Amino acid sequence: MTELQAERAGKPLGVPRIEAKSQRSRYLDVLIAIAAFAVLATLPFLFSSKALLDFVIRCAAFGLFATSLNLLVGYTGMISFGHGMFFGLGAYSFALIMQRTGVPIPVAFICTLLITTVIAAVIGAICVRLKEIYFAFVTLAFQMLIHSMILSWVSLTGGDQGLRGGIPRPVFLGVDLSNYLHLYVVSCALLVIGLLLMRQIAQSPFGYTLRMIRDNAVRASFIGIDVWRAKLTIFVLAALFASTGGIIMSLFVSGAYPEFAFWTISGEGIFINMLGGVTTFLGPMVGTVLLLIMNDTVTRLTEYYGIVLGIVILFFAIGLRKGLMDFVVEWYEVRRDGAKERAR
Amino acid sequence: MDLDALTGCLASSACLVTQGTSGFIIGMLLFLVAVGLTLIFGVLKVVNFSHGAFYMFGAYFAMTAYQLTGSFALAMLCGAAGTAILGLVFERVFMSRVYGSDVLMQLLVCYAFVLIFDDVVRWIWGPEFKSMGMPTAFQVPPLFIGGGVVPPYYLLLIGVALAVAAILGLGLARTRIGKVVRAAAHNPGMVSALGINTGLIYGSVFALGGMLAGLAGALAAPVRSLTPGMGFSVLIESFIVTVIGGMGSILGALLGALLIGLIRSFGSLGFPLFTDGLMYLFMVIVLVARPTGLFGKEVA
Repeated sequence: MTELQAERAGKPLGVPRIEAKSQRSRYLDVLIAIAAFAVLATLPFLFSSKALLDFVIRCAAFGLFATSLNLLVGYTGMISFGHGMFFGLGAYSFALIMQRTGVPIPVAFICTLLITTVIAAVIGAICVRLKEIYFAFVTLAFQMLIHSMILSWVSLTGGDQGLRGGIPRPVFLGVDLSNYLHLYVVSCALLVIGLLLMRQIAQSPFGYTLRMIRDNAVRASFIGIDVWRAKLTIFVLAALFASTGGIIMSLFVSGAYPEFAFWTISGEGIFINMLGGVTTFLGPMVGTVLLLIMNDTVTRLTEYYGIVLGIVILFFAIGLRKGLMDFVVEWYEVRRDGAKERAR
Repeated sequence: MDLDALTGCLASSACLVTQGTSGFIIGMLLFLVAVGLTLIFGVLKVVNFSHGAFYMFGAYFAMTAYQLTGSFALAMLCGAAGTAILGLVFERVFMSRVYGSDVLMQLLVCYAFVLIFDDVVRWIWGPEFKSMGMPTAFQVPPLFIGGGVVPPYYLLLIGVALAVAAILGLGLARTRIGKVVRAAAHNPGMVSALGINTGLIYGSVFALGGMLAGLAGALAAPVRSLTPGMGFSVLIESFIVTVIGGMGSILGALLGALLIGLIRSFGSLGFPLFTDGLMYLFMVIVLVARPTGLFGKEVA
């Protein structure tokens, strides 16, 4: 025990080195984010296709959701099978606040995030101490609980018909979300800001703590990390981004539907992560784009969407055994190492 | 919320018997599904997320066999045997490839099959609700016990489920095969070093689990409506059962299933809109008090 303390006092675990490295890459991240936003924002001027812009908005909603799930699955090793509940929660809370109170949109946005924080903290406090598979299924059970509440609380949520009647969108500081172009730009901005924030979380010392918990939770708790608190924190943070994705979705479809809180959303989120790969930060974004493209083409070709999607999942899970980005990164590393070998 | 209905029911023996038996059969069907789930988890250490699909297939197989032959016994046999073969093939061809990789992969393979199986059923039998109809042998007037109504079919259901529980419990505890299975659950490497084919054991356990779920589906076919996706709510409920009872424990599955069945039948009186919610609430309470379930052992 004294030895442990002495070691802790003597060596600061090498965290500052990571900090110094990430300081530089942090500016790079911001630059990339600004560039990405600029590209997305110029798209409407280059292409007049509304389908493309629709696609980008849906990517923004699901991308935020999937990337936030990766904070749990890939970075912390918490396989949540109920993350979609926060997507649905965000959509419903936001739509309800706008319909019932008529406050400005940013106020409704913040209120939604507050509601999500409270609910995620309560659910997380119960779930995060459970191990792998228990965690997966208890989160799934909570998802189904929220889904069944949405279905049965007809006077508030509209039941299985969903929340209809549109969402009022008062103009705020010149931003008019009933204007499609404004909605598009705001969605892109939310996506880019959300991704940037999540990147900051992932690269922060806290992010490295999460990786450590994933790799060895027992050791992490031995060196004085409060594992429960760290897991709860990331659970709530991830819920906030998922909720933001839900808000974008509710603005996009002008309402909220029970499917947003159904378990298949969580299943798709897990699959997106798998498809894109969990070891790179942008893997889930790649997965989102792939899944949505596949979604659109397959549903146009056949009504048996499940069979096709299932076979693709099997190809990735049993055939490739890793996500696309994982595969690409590995391939690149093998090639680079091979080139080094030859140069020697 | 309708607490008067609940207290009124608890006061009358007729209602108590009716609701009690209906809770009992919900619990017994859940037990058959959950015990397969818990057995597969106990031996193979995988959670069969596609277990609900076996329940669904059992029901559809039974319905088709019943419509073709008109024999109830043959329908039950078809439901059970068909899903047993399906389980064996599924385990050997697909699940056996993802043992040892992380939980995510196992979940994904099962998720893929949930999607595929639901669509296959939709393709073969169509998307609409189907019903098998009560076999003629059981179209007899219900029994009256203490003023409550008990259809004779329910007694068959309860009898079959209790028989399965007894056979499984005794078989695992007393027979040589049971011993081998328990040993394989504990240390598969050592068991296979002793010259026992663990692949065969894994396949058989999975087939057995699938068969029990299929049997549950077949037994439920006369009293429930059949639809693609019918397995999923059963899966969620039976998972709650195994979580409450403790993963890997047969006794726990039995007790958990009964509790959930009773909660569902009595809860639907007192809280008609929040019956599912009661179930989740109960699970949360159990988990907070005992994170490994009522009969679960701490997994290292």
